[in-house]
Amino acid sequence: MQDCEKTTPAVELRGVTQRFGDYTAVQGVNLVLTAGEFVAVVGPTGCGKSTLLNVIAGLRPPAAGEVRVFGRLLTGLNRRAGYLFQQDALLPWKTALENAALGLTFAGVPRAEAYERAAAWLAKVGLAGFGDRYPHQLSGGMRKRVALAQVLIMDPKILLMDEPFSALDVQTRQLMENELLRLWEEDQKSVLFVTHDLEEAIALADRVVVMSAGPASRPIGEFPVPLERPRDVTEVRLTEEFLGVHREIWSLLREEVMRAHGQV
Amino acid sequence: MARFKVRSLQFALLLTVLLGWELSVRLGWVDAFFFSRPSDIAARIYEWFVSGEVYRHLWITLLETVLAFLSGTLAGVALGLWLALSPTAAAVLDPFLKALNSVPRVILAPIFTLWFGLGIASKVALGFTLVFFVAFFNTYQGIREVSPVILANARMLGASGSQLLRHVYLPSATSWILSSLRTSVGFAVIGAVVGEYLGASAGLGYVISQAEGVFDTTSVFAGIVVLAVFVVLLDVAVNLVERRLLVWRPEPGQEGGTV
Repeated sequence: MQDCEKTTPAVELRGVTQRFGDYTAVQGVNLVLTAGEFVAVVGPTGCGKSTLLNVIAGLRPPAAGEVRVFGRLLTGLNRRAGYLFQQDALLPWKTALENAALGLTFAGVPRAEAYERAAAWLAKVGLAGFGDRYPHQLSGGMRKRVALAQVLIMDPKILLMDEPFSALDVQTRQLMENELLRLWEEDQKSVLFVTHDLEEAIALADRVVVMSAGPASRPIGEFPVPLERPRDVTEVRLTEEFLGVHREIWSLLREEVMRAHGQV
Repeated sequence: MARFKVRSLQFALLLTVLLGWELSVRLGWVDAFFFSRPSDIAARIYEWFVSGEVYRHLWITLLETVLAFLSGTLAGVALGLWLALSPTAAAVLDPFLKALNSVPRVILAPIFTLWFGLGIASKVALGFTLVFFVAFFNTYQGIREVSPVILANARMLGASGSQLLRHVYLPSATSWILSSLRTSVGFAVIGAVVGEYLGASAGLGYVISQAEGVFDTTSVFAGIVVLAVFVVLLDVAVNLVERRLLVWRPEPGQEGGTV
């Protein structure tokens, strides 16, 4: 990743603050996501991690500060970013195939071509032959796969992920995490992965950013993850290095978690 | 098997009520002048259909129902769309719509007859005022309740305003509108029949009203039975349309689906 240092960051936040009425969710956030980097953001619940993603996605402009995407000031929606939401975001009235092809349909790609490419993507996420199912006919893990295909088919340079696997059972979750790493290693998108699960963050990311407890939360620590790639998220958890990084980050995160709970 | 059992019990219940009614009249417990008799009523309905005189009335009522249903639904959906997507217009019109919706529609029947005459137009207008609000409120609600996450997702995937309307807002509202179709059809029938009842020259409501005028209880009950069957058949038709259009919706208990 050395030569990436010279290129413009994929995302750069400078002094970003976001408020909802009187409540300040995040304050004075500075954050850099280098091109091709996989960064995980962890923090206690209610620390404004999702708020940060929405700001970068351009869904809600920040109350103060600025967002730069590949060096350019972000106004309106972030067209370079794909967003994988925590909740189900598929259109329930469209089949898996139609859902996967949605972005292409919006872009005006002819139907036959859009469906062909969508079918290829469904196969890529392990859902070949499930194209004619409606979301309610799929399991939670399968719906996440469709959502992943729906986002990746648009080939976004930046991938924003908001606890995308938190609703899945542990086995499905580790399967999906490995799948994500495999897909990411194919073309090295810049990924900002938000989670409250420290183990997941370390297993996936190049760098882990710790947020303080809300309100007015901000990053309070950054830790590089010196684990080799390609990784297997299940096996990597058992290594000495993993435990070392985990111990280091947890000593910082624990206080914030305690604070978040003290306030509840 | 359970289905067969339910069906036989339903049949037995119907038979008991009809036999009890028939016997009560025949044994002189109740007066046939006020209550007629199931056998007479059946004979009267048979007569109507054999002579063919009932078809004209059925056709008129059906036409009024369908016209009221279609016009009311279209107008209601259009206004619902507009107000849901334009908060200012919604805020301005809200008290007026609530006031209009609170008017009991029967009151309007005479004035519609005055404006639109004794023909089908006044009945369609009455049905329209009923159906319109059902369609309007459901469309409005359906659009307002589109999941913000689904909306954000579609926007992130590059949907334009009109694409959001076509792929997200309308399908979402459609399920609401379709679930209210039954209510709408029922209201359209009420509009038509009440309108006919209060002043018309044809239709099932007119038939019943005429029979009541000459104390012909047999024809009154016959008219009610025909009307009830008519509504049940419409309901079946609506049910078919609903199933066809909502294939994507989970059956109760099917959520989560296959693994």
